[in-house]
Amino acid sequence: MNGTARPSGSHAFDLSRTRLVVIQVLVIALMATLLGRLWYLQVVTGDVYQAQAADNAVRDVVVQPQRGLIVDAMGRPLAASRQSWVVSVDRTLLDRLRNRQQDQLLRTVAGMVDKPVRTIEDRLLLCGTQDAPPPPRCWNGSPYQPVPVASGVDERVAVDIQERREDFPAVQAEQQPVRDYPEPFGVNAAHVLGYLSPATAAEYDQARADGDRTVTAQSQVGRAGVERQYDKWLRGVPGSDGIAVDSQGRVLGADVSRPPRAGDTLVTSLDARVQSVVERELKTTILGARQTVDKVTGRRYEATSGSAIVLDPNDGSIVAMASYPTYDPDVWVGGISDTELQLLYSKRAGEPLLSRPTQAQLAPGSTFKPFMAMGALATDSYSPTTRLDCSSSFTVGNRAYKNFESGAYGSIGFDRALQVSCNTFFYRVGYNLWLKAGGDDATAETKDPLVEAAQAAGFGSTTGVDLPGEAPGRIADRRWQMQYWKQNKDYYCELGKEPGSDFLHVYAREFCIDGYEFGAGDSVNFVIGQGDTIVTPMQLATGYAAIANGGTLWEPRVGKALLSPSGKVVRRIKPEVQDRLPFPDSVINYVDTALQGTPKDGTLAWKYGGFPLDKVAIRGKTGTAEVYGRQTTSWLANYTEDYVIVMMVEQGGTGSGTSGDSMRRIWEALYGIKGLQVRPDKGLIPGVTEPTKLPTVDARGLIEPPPLAATSARASAAQSAR
Amino acid sequence: MTVSMPVRRGGSTLAGASRTSPGWLRRVDWLLLAAVAGLLVIGALLVWSATLHREDLTGGNEDAYLRKQVTNAAIGLVLGGVVAATDHRWLRLWAPVLYAASAVGLALVFVPGVGATINGSHSWLLVGGLSLQPAEMAKFGVVLGMAFVLAERSEAHLRHGVNAVDVVPALAIAAVPALLILAQPDLGTLMVLTVTVFGVVGLSGAPKRWLFLLAGGGAAVVVFAVQSGLLAGYQLDRFGAFTDPSLDPQGAGYNTQQARIAIGNGGITGQGLFNGTQTQAGFVPEQHTDFVFTVAGEELGLVGAAAIVALFALLLWRALRIARQADDLFGRVTAVGIACWFGFQAFQNIGMCLGIMPVTGVPLPLVSYGGTSMFASLTAVGLLLNVHLRTAGRPGHGVVVQERMARSRF
Repeated sequence: MNGTARPSGSHAFDLSRTRLVVIQVLVIALMATLLGRLWYLQVVTGDVYQAQAADNAVRDVVVQPQRGLIVDAMGRPLAASRQSWVVSVDRTLLDRLRNRQQDQLLRTVAGMVDKPVRTIEDRLLLCGTQDAPPPPRCWNGSPYQPVPVASGVDERVAVDIQERREDFPAVQAEQQPVRDYPEPFGVNAAHVLGYLSPATAAEYDQARADGDRTVTAQSQVGRAGVERQYDKWLRGVPGSDGIAVDSQGRVLGADVSRPPRAGDTLVTSLDARVQSVVERELKTTILGARQTVDKVTGRRYEATSGSAIVLDPNDGSIVAMASYPTYDPDVWVGGISDTELQLLYSKRAGEPLLSRPTQAQLAPGSTFKPFMAMGALATDSYSPTTRLDCSSSFTVGNRAYKNFESGAYGSIGFDRALQVSCNTFFYRVGYNLWLKAGGDDATAETKDPLVEAAQAAGFGSTTGVDLPGEAPGRIADRRWQMQYWKQNKDYYCELGKEPGSDFLHVYAREFCIDGYEFGAGDSVNFVIGQGDTIVTPMQLATGYAAIANGGTLWEPRVGKALLSPSGKVVRRIKPEVQDRLPFPDSVINYVDTALQGTPKDGTLAWKYGGFPLDKVAIRGKTGTAEVYGRQTTSWLANYTEDYVIVMMVEQGGTGSGTSGDSMRRIWEALYGIKGLQVRPDKGLIPGVTEPTKLPTVDARGLIEPPPLAATSARASAAQSAR
Repeated sequence: MTVSMPVRRGGSTLAGASRTSPGWLRRVDWLLLAAVAGLLVIGALLVWSATLHREDLTGGNEDAYLRKQVTNAAIGLVLGGVVAATDHRWLRLWAPVLYAASAVGLALVFVPGVGATINGSHSWLLVGGLSLQPAEMAKFGVVLGMAFVLAERSEAHLRHGVNAVDVVPALAIAAVPALLILAQPDLGTLMVLTVTVFGVVGLSGAPKRWLFLLAGGGAAVVVFAVQSGLLAGYQLDRFGAFTDPSLDPQGAGYNTQQARIAIGNGGITGQGLFNGTQTQAGFVPEQHTDFVFTVAGEELGLVGAAAIVALFALLLWRALRIARQADDLFGRVTAVGIACWFGFQAFQNIGMCLGIMPVTGVPLPLVSYGGTSMFASLTAVGLLLNVHLRTAGRPGHGVVVQERMARSRF
C-alpha cells in the first residue's frame, strides 16, 4: 500500500470544480434551449403545424370527370362514357415495402386482375428510365401519381381489393370513367372520333406550369380526331376527394371536397345513319375490288385502302367520313397493348391508324379536270364554244400521250370532254397554255393559269378541317419542279450512269439533265391530274363542294357546337370560308352543268341506268389515276346541291367501275330513292338535309334530337327536275 | 485488501429507515434512480405507442415492442446493478479490458459476416441472432478508458489533477474508437463522443490552452472533412437538412419536416397517449428509435415533452453532483464523462426532433427503443451509482485523506 499523504484541495482539483460549474451552466442553457424551442413549436406556431398535420393525413385523390359526349347531328351518342374499375399501384408507397413484400403483393395483384406479373412490373417503370420497356408498356405519366395497372377489372375483384386494404398496401381500386362506343347503326367512325391515351409526364408538367387544372396525371388526353381537336372542352375539370390516409396510404375516411365537372358535349355534323351506310359501302367497294381482276396487271386489285366522304357543300359540314382499313376504337380503352399498337401501325394491316380522308395524298387523275377546265375557261384562250379534237393520242415532242383506252370522240367542247373524260382534249389545252407561258423558257416565277386554278381550288394547302394531322397535298408546278430537281439530281445522275434501258434508267438520265424544267410532258400530265401533283380526298371534296355551291370554298367541319352537360350552348362552331373560287359564275355554272352529263351519258352513265336523274340531279366525275409501280387509284366525285360525295380506293381500278355501284346506293339511301321514286321523307335523314337546329338536353340530362327540318327548301329543289 | 464498510453518516435524521434497511440503500442516489425510472417508463410507453399500428414491424402483435423494450430495460438494470455493486477497484482493473473490448467491437463491424450495413452505415454487429451497436458501448468504453489513464497518471505523480502531458495518452485512448466511428460513418455518435472527451479533459484539470487547442483542432478537422471531400455531398446535405429540408427532401429533410409537424401538432396538453394522428398514422420515420421524442411531443404535448427534458435535467444534476462530490479523479472523470454523454446526446436527439440540430442517428438515452443503447445507458447509470456509493459511503467524504489515498491505489 502506498499511503503517502498529500494536501487535499490542490489547485487542479479546485479548477475542475469551477469547470463543473461551467458544465452545469451549459447544461441549464441547453435544457432551456430545448424548452424554449418546444414552447415555440407547440404553442407559438402550433396552429401552423396542426394545420399541416391535418393536411398530412389527407390525401387529395383526383376524381376524374366524365368526358364529354360526342354525338351526331341528331344527338345520337357516338362516344359516351361508362364507369370502369381501375386498379392502380402507388409507386411511392410500394417502395416503402420490403422487396419480398413488393414481389408478393404484385404477384397477388397480377393474379387477381389476370395479367402476367411482368406486365405489371413493366407498367410501374417510368418510361425513359433504366430497364424500362418502350411505351406503352412503361408508365409515361407522372411519377407521383398512382399508376393504373389494370382497367375494366371485374367488380368482385375491385371490391375485394377495396375491402382488404391491409392486404393490399399501395394498391387502390376505384371507378373511373372510360370511353364507351355505343355504335348507333353499327357506326365505327374511328378516324373522326380519334382516341385517347394517358397524359404524358411532359404534358402534365406543362399543364401544371400553365396553371391548367384540367390535366391531371391520370387524365386521358385526345390523340387524334375530334377527341384531340376539341379535347379542351371534352376533358372537363377533375374534382378531388379529400381522403384521410395513414402513412401507408390506407384510407381512414373520406369526404368529397370538390366534385368534378363533366366535359362538354360535342355535337358533330355526322349523321350516324349516313355514316353507317357510307362505311358499309366503302367496305363493300373495297372487298369487291379485291375480287376484280385488273386488266393491266392481270392480278386482282390490291385495294389496300380507301376513303369516302359525304360533305354538305353549303357550309362544309362533314356528314359522313369513312376510312378503310379501320379499327375498333375500344382497343385504346384502359390502355392499349403492345401487339395491338403495333398492328395499328403495321403496313401489313394497311396502317389502320391513318385517316385516309385527310391524310392520304394521291394523284387526283381525271377528277382534277373540272378545276383545270375552269382555269382554262377563265383565260381568254378558251370559252364554252371552244372545240378541240379528242383524238386517240396526242404527241408531245417524241412521246405519244394516249387517250384513256385509246378512245376518240372527234371535235368536242369542254362539257363533253369532262363527261367522257377526254385526256387528249385536255392535253391540247395544257400544252397550248404551257407554250403561252413561255414553254421551256418559263421560270419558276412564271404565272400559269392552270396552277393558279389548282391553288384557288384549295389544292396544295390544308383545307382547315377540324381534324388534326391533315396533309397539305402538293401542286407539282414549276417552282416545285426546280426544288425537287435540286434535291434529287445527285441520286438520279448516279443512277443514270448505270447501264440499262428500262423506264427508270432512261428517266434518270433525262431527269439528271433537265429535270428542273417544267417541260411540255409535265404540262400535259398536270392538266389531267397525273404526275407529281397529289391531293387528299378531303381537298377534292371541298373543291367539288365549291363547284356545287357556286364558288365558295368552305373549311370542312365535323364539329357543330359544344353543349354544357346541362345543355347550354357553350360554343357554336361556325362554318368558315376558306376562299372563293376566282372564276366567273358563268364558268362555274358551265362546269356544273357539264358534270350533270356524266351520269347521263358520260363515264358514269353505265352505273346510273334507271336512276331518277331528273329528280335528283347527280353531277359526277370519275378518275383513274396511274401510279408508277402500282395499280391505278380509283376516284369518284359526285354531288348534288345537298351533298358532295367523294370515294377513293387506292390500287382499286377505275373510278366508275370500282365505286360506281356503292356511290349510287349511297345517293339512293340519302334521298329515299326506290326505283324511279324519290321519297325524301324516307331518306337516311328524313327531309334529306341535316337539321340546322342543335340537339337539346332534357331535364334528366338525356339528349333529345333536334326538331326535324321538314322537307327543306333545298331538298325540294333537288327533287324538282333540273 | 481494504474494503470500505458501510459507515453511517453522522447526523442522519432517517433513524427509522436506518434501522430497517441496510446502509447502502440509504446511500443510493434515489433522485437519480427516480429520473432514470421515469424516463424508462415514459420511454416504454412511447415506444409502445409508436409501434401500436406498425404491423410491418410488429407482425400484428401490438405489444411486441413494449415487451422487447421492457426486456431490454430489465437486462440493462441487471447490468447496471452489477456495475453499481461491483467494488470500484475491480472496475478500475476492468476498465482497460472494457475499453479494449469496445474498440474491438467497433473494428469488427467492418468484418464481413459479423458486421452488417444498415441504412448505408457499418454500425451493426450480428452475434448469435442479436444485433448490437458497438458505437453505443464505445462511449462507455471511452469514458472508462480515459478515466483510467488520467487517474493512473495523476496518481502516479501524486497530483490531484493532470498536466499537459497527461492529456495526450487520454486523447489517444479516445482517438482509436473515434476514428473507427468516423469510418462507419456515424457522425452523431462521433459528436457525442467529442463532447464527452472535451468534458472529460476539461474536468481532469487540464490547462486552458489544451482546451482551446482541442476545440481549435476539432474545428480544423471539421473544416478539413468538408473541404477535402471526406464527407460526400449527400452527407453534408443530410447534415444541413434541418435548416433547409429541401436539401434532402426524401431523407433527413422529410424526417425533420414530419418530426416538426408531429411535435407542433401536440400543442400544450397533447393529443393523448396512443391518440396522436401523426404518430398512429406512422408519418414520422424511425419514430420508435431516433424520433421517439416526437411521440411525446404529439401525444403528451408541451407538458409531457417538457417533463422528459426535466427528467434529463434532474439526471444531469445528480450526475454532476456525484462528480462534484467524488474525491478521486477516476470517479469524477467517469461521472462527468457520463453526464456529458447523456447531456449532449439527449440535447442532440431532442434538438434533432425539434429541428435545431442535424439529423444524425443517435438515440435518446433510456427512452429510445434499442438494446445496445439501453444496456450502455443503464450500465453507465450503474457506474454513476457506483461512484456515488463509494463517495457517500465515507463519512465526511473528501476530508479523510488517509482513507481516500489508501483506496486509490491497489
